[in-house]
Amino acid sequence: MAEPAKKVEKKIVDKGLTVGAQHLSEERIEKVINKVLKGESGARLKAYVDTCIHCGLCSDACHYYLSHDKDPRYSPVGKVKQTLWEMLKNHGRVDAEFIKRSSEIASTECNACKRCAMYCPFGIDIAYLMLTVRRICHLLGVTPLYIQDTAHSHATTMNQMWVKDDEWIDTLQWQEEEAQAEIPTLRIPLEKEGADIMYSVIGPEPKFQAQLLYQAAVIMDVAGVNWTMPATPGWDNSDMAMYTGDNEIMGRVKRAHFETAARLKVKRIVMGECGHAFRSVYDMGNRWLGWRMPPIPIVHAIDFYYELIKGGKITIAKKFPEAVTLHDPCNVVRGGGLAEKARYVVHAICEELIEMHPNREHNYCCCAGGGVINCGPPYKMTRMEGNRIKAEQLFAAKSKGAKILIAPCHNCHSGLEDINHHYELGLEIKFISDILYECMQKP
Amino acid sequence: MHSLYNIVSGPLAWLAFAIFIGGSIYRLISLIVLVHKKEPFIFSYMSLRYSLRSILRWSTPFATENMRKHPALTIIAFAFHICLILTPIFLLAHVTLVDESWNLSWWTLPDGAAEIMALIVIAGCVFFLVRRLVNPEVQYVTSASDYVILAIVAAPFITGVLAYYQWFGYQTFLILHILSGEIMLVAIPFTRLSHMLFAPLTRAYMGSEFGGVRHARDW
Repeated sequence: MAEPAKKVEKKIVDKGLTVGAQHLSEERIEKVINKVLKGESGARLKAYVDTCIHCGLCSDACHYYLSHDKDPRYSPVGKVKQTLWEMLKNHGRVDAEFIKRSSEIASTECNACKRCAMYCPFGIDIAYLMLTVRRICHLLGVTPLYIQDTAHSHATTMNQMWVKDDEWIDTLQWQEEEAQAEIPTLRIPLEKEGADIMYSVIGPEPKFQAQLLYQAAVIMDVAGVNWTMPATPGWDNSDMAMYTGDNEIMGRVKRAHFETAARLKVKRIVMGECGHAFRSVYDMGNRWLGWRMPPIPIVHAIDFYYELIKGGKITIAKKFPEAVTLHDPCNVVRGGGLAEKARYVVHAICEELIEMHPNREHNYCCCAGGGVINCGPPYKMTRMEGNRIKAEQLFAAKSKGAKILIAPCHNCHSGLEDINHHYELGLEIKFISDILYECMQKP
Repeated sequence: MHSLYNIVSGPLAWLAFAIFIGGSIYRLISLIVLVHKKEPFIFSYMSLRYSLRSILRWSTPFATENMRKHPALTIIAFAFHICLILTPIFLLAHVTLVDESWNLSWWTLPDGAAEIMALIVIAGCVFFLVRRLVNPEVQYVTSASDYVILAIVAAPFITGVLAYYQWFGYQTFLILHILSGEIMLVAIPFTRLSHMLFAPLTRAYMGSEFGGVRHARDW
């Protein structure tokens, strides 16, 4: 196999960036940058910028940096230099081309996974700085097209995938009927006021992963949980507006979600295996709305399965026989401390867990999260080339015998599917619920 | 020469200490006021336990993943910072000066140890300089100010050691030593040397976030 003599420099065409940049004037850029850097931001930005000693020690944390043969342009601080430092140094006087490139760096060359926060000696939150850059680009209307469309969907329908109100109910009833073929008494209780739990999912589940609703319903039914799902907007816990820097829409979407749970008078919200949605309800969205912690307790699927298995609500008929490896999603492991609970669940349902290295908080990112996969096809190769290190990490786990890769997060799942295919790793990727559903004792 | 010495060791020294202490207090207070004004939620996340957990963890050599990844840098950085802070405070010549002025003294380092510690600081500066010039990921984010900061830190130690050896120009190096020390003190609150003031705060915040909210390690 011959390598091409010269690598062709990739040129990404994204109308969200090119058309957006055409409408910019230097005055507007200056005004918006200063509005964000001086007006909206505060002590964190100032302390982070003033404290950074330019030591480069964050570099080894970043999968983009490691995957690009340690190219310093991809180091966390290197990305800050190319965006925020320039904006600060020039007091906001930068051109449209610069904003376009800043948007590309912040939105597609950083997954906001916060691994670098664990490598900076001062604990500088570089992901926060990148999200600040996204905020600026959002206010300037220069955001990658695909994710912007998703943010529009949130604004219009209160869900991520343009799912219409009746389609949502229809899908739930369809999955209820499907599941009744297996368990005739099974219900997906809609609008059940005073239930213990409201189960919420992300837009893609009713859109094209309806089997996950089926599995969740079976798990809830077998465990005898008093649960419900809303029949109104507010059922979707996902949030791409959070990743475009559209904090206002993020707030609206989160408010709808929490208010729906409050209307149903549930005690807790249980959510499916999604990472970014957890970040949105547990970290960013609730804070934007002024809640230190979520106003209604949020339980991530991993935590919920742990509770059900540990409490004996679900028993395992026969453990999953094939060797699995486990990917720790940033938002629930580095963001929610669920590493050990995930292992408890996996050990309970699988014969053998082969750890990938590094793991837990130090796991490499999937390169899809932080909204990057949502920036769409133009950036697929950005993700593939930007995460060779992940392929190497997975390949090492496979060499030790792992056949199945468990990824308990939607974005990780889709991103790793691409990595798996691109690097021809030959792993099979599953959610925890896929295996739990398969192995649990059913009536 | 004598009058110059009197100026740098008299009024200028007073001025330098005043700016260092006053400036540091000003920077810290204005940051906390800014938190109060713009991001008061930060206070609600601060946890003493997790702040200390993070600060102590990051103050222990080789206690974090990244420190283990860079063993040489870890050893040099710890030795550099320890010597940088302790040498001037416990140097016999410095304590003698204070003693002569205010009749106040404390334990001092033996001269030989102080000499080695000062040389460690200088060697550390050389290491950091070479690292900036040679390591691509450091070089890429280096600006002129980084070299200036390094020079500001190295200067009092280089001139101090030269004055101590008394090879030539003792008076000149002594004056330069005092002057460069004063420049460093003044620079601490107003350059990125202010990481001396802010690093414990950023560490404490990240430690509190990771410990109290994220239930994860931050090392």
